[in-house]
Amino acid sequence: MIKAKINNVDVGVPEGTTILWAARKANFTIPTLCSHPDLVPGGQCGICVVEIEGIPGLKRACMTPLGEGWRVHTHTARLLEIRRQLVELILSYHDTDCLTCIKNQNCELQTLAATLGINTVEWRGFEEKLPIDRSSVSIVRDPNKCILCGRCTQVCANVQTVNALAVNHRGSDTVITAAFDAGLGNSVCINCGQCVVHCPVGALYENSHIERVWDAIHDPEKFVVVQEAPAVRVMLGEEFGMEPGTLVTGKMYAALRRIGFDAVFDTNFSADLTIIEEGTELVSRLKTGKNLPLITSCSPGWIKFMETFFHDMIPHMSTAKSPQQMFGALAKTYFAEQRDIAPEKIVSVSIMPCTAKKFECQRPEMRASGFQDVDFVLTTREIGRMLREAGIDLNEMPDEKADNLLGEYTGAATIFGTTGGVMEAALRSAYFLVTGRELEGIDITPVRGLKGIKEAEVDIDGLKVKVAVAHSGSQARKLMEKVEYQLRKEGKSEYDFIEVMACPGGCVGGGGQSWGSNMAKRARRGESLYAEDRSLPYRRSHENPSIKALYEKFLGRPNSERSHKLLHTRYYKRSTVDGNIIAE
Amino acid sequence: MVTENQCHCEQAQEEELYGKLKEVIEGHKGKPKELIMALHKAQNLFGYLPRKVQEMVAEGLNVSLSEVYGVITFYNFFSTVPQGRNDVKVCLGTACYVRGGQALLKKAEKELGIKAGETTEDRRYSLGIVRCIGACGLAPAMLINNDVYGRVKTTKMMEIIKKYE
Repeated sequence: MIKAKINNVDVGVPEGTTILWAARKANFTIPTLCSHPDLVPGGQCGICVVEIEGIPGLKRACMTPLGEGWRVHTHTARLLEIRRQLVELILSYHDTDCLTCIKNQNCELQTLAATLGINTVEWRGFEEKLPIDRSSVSIVRDPNKCILCGRCTQVCANVQTVNALAVNHRGSDTVITAAFDAGLGNSVCINCGQCVVHCPVGALYENSHIERVWDAIHDPEKFVVVQEAPAVRVMLGEEFGMEPGTLVTGKMYAALRRIGFDAVFDTNFSADLTIIEEGTELVSRLKTGKNLPLITSCSPGWIKFMETFFHDMIPHMSTAKSPQQMFGALAKTYFAEQRDIAPEKIVSVSIMPCTAKKFECQRPEMRASGFQDVDFVLTTREIGRMLREAGIDLNEMPDEKADNLLGEYTGAATIFGTTGGVMEAALRSAYFLVTGRELEGIDITPVRGLKGIKEAEVDIDGLKVKVAVAHSGSQARKLMEKVEYQLRKEGKSEYDFIEVMACPGGCVGGGGQSWGSNMAKRARRGESLYAEDRSLPYRRSHENPSIKALYEKFLGRPNSERSHKLLHTRYYKRSTVDGNIIAE
Repeated sequence: MVTENQCHCEQAQEEELYGKLKEVIEGHKGKPKELIMALHKAQNLFGYLPRKVQEMVAEGLNVSLSEVYGVITFYNFFSTVPQGRNDVKVCLGTACYVRGGQALLKKAEKELGIKAGETTEDRRYSLGIVRCIGACGLAPAMLINNDVYGRVKTTKMMEIIKKYE
């Protein structure tokens, strides 16, 4: 226990606690800019400097552990002046067109400037605008807004181990770009959008599909269908001031109907379908023993990560498409046929907690219906913006139901939105597919929670199935390196089935979530999904009546020829230089 | 400005260089901490660090390409464009600046048809800037390879430069 005084207030904190957190305990909020609760402090911005009696110079509160007996001062005249000057200097080279900035009212720099009472900037260093990087289909980077805080590079290098973004050049020319300043679209970027959700300012944001979706909604010739990912229902409430993790499924359907979508469906329906297709694949691989472990393929960020850094694992990947793309293929075939609507009139929109889904939907192989299966992808933030623009307050919405055919779902589908969910859902159905009986104890708790890599063993009629779950690029890398090593050395891996999600926490931590998210909020969203699972009448994908009807009326059986044509996909080897396809 | 494309007569030589580069990389294989050392040697071989060399070093040392590029663009010593046979540097230190260094640089850029940091098509000259060479009394000064020229006039500048083949 360290005892010290902060602004003459006594504090006692465990050893190693930074001055920043110790001060919060004493009810003093030291202003910060580059600091983020989920990242390692880097001390780039210097806003959080404090004075300590008897220690010369200033210390950065975010990275200085409190010392025994220290007398710390956090708001002396000198400190206030230094902080103001630092913010003024940042503003002097910042493109301050705040009113038209994507982060207006959500910007940490804007908030800080207001907090510190900055009312004039004495210097002006910002003159010529640098070109905005629009090379990526998922993410836009505006260097004019960048304050070089380093959160994006830290999350890209350390949390995701993708290393697409780095600090390049020097001095006043310093800029955060991909290698060779080539643009994110010509780099190894996996489109996960973790840089976007960690950026304190408007330097990184999604490539918006809002205008094109409005155009489709307003076009009377078009029939616009919408699907929403599992994680969106525990995230969208935050866009309207609700507590993190509030479940808003019914309100979400009502709001989407009111904004003008012609049919409101649910990605959860196709998540159940994914489980049937992937579960069938798992069972057949367990029987033959070939290409084990089977690895899940729902996360488009993980797919590009695997294609770039671990393409030797392609034979192990499940060929099942992600729920988004399964839905897309069915909307323009099954739904079009059942409702007698010409598929070319259907515009398929998805609402995702994800920026990589924007990349996935435009992959050339995702045209099983003969058209682009999913036309537009909106992040949770984008649909929040659209609803506000239309004057629809989610808080005031009644609870409605999704439309028939592609709307019904089970508890197994809804937990897709959090790390371990796909694994749990798949095991519930795989057990049934193998034994014809239901798994006792439906909750498979060892695969739940936010531990980096989770392992479990499930006994399916005497057959021991060992599974592992990884979330975030760094944990996926660790697990894949282990599997590759085992395959090389022993010819087989200890694992039979692996789930990987590219984002920390799974989809509830995706690059399309609300601004200002952190791991604590991600955890609460995950808990809400498990609560919804418990509340639903069906909790196993194979029990979904609409899925049964789909197989009876249209697909035949799981992994049938038609399923393969519409619901399965293939992968490419990609270059570690620019992420481009190098081989089939 | 010279691009990375080379004429055929240089191809054989280039292959030999890449062979040597592979040996250099082998010596630092899988050791990310030796990045700067490896880049140093690579630049000594090629005279600069073309894109392909950066890619090979990144892969060999198990360093991400973005980090390699970040290091190269940070350190002044490393160059991503080929260097000319003669290194022309105009001083823009305080004394030279106030006595017309900027005009000298503009003149050189115009006459050689390149910007500071670039190399002429025939690789005869590279043009650069230095921040003080300790010849403030002779401002404005110019440095060509290891020769210092003081009190350079824009009208006489090209005469001096042309002496260097």
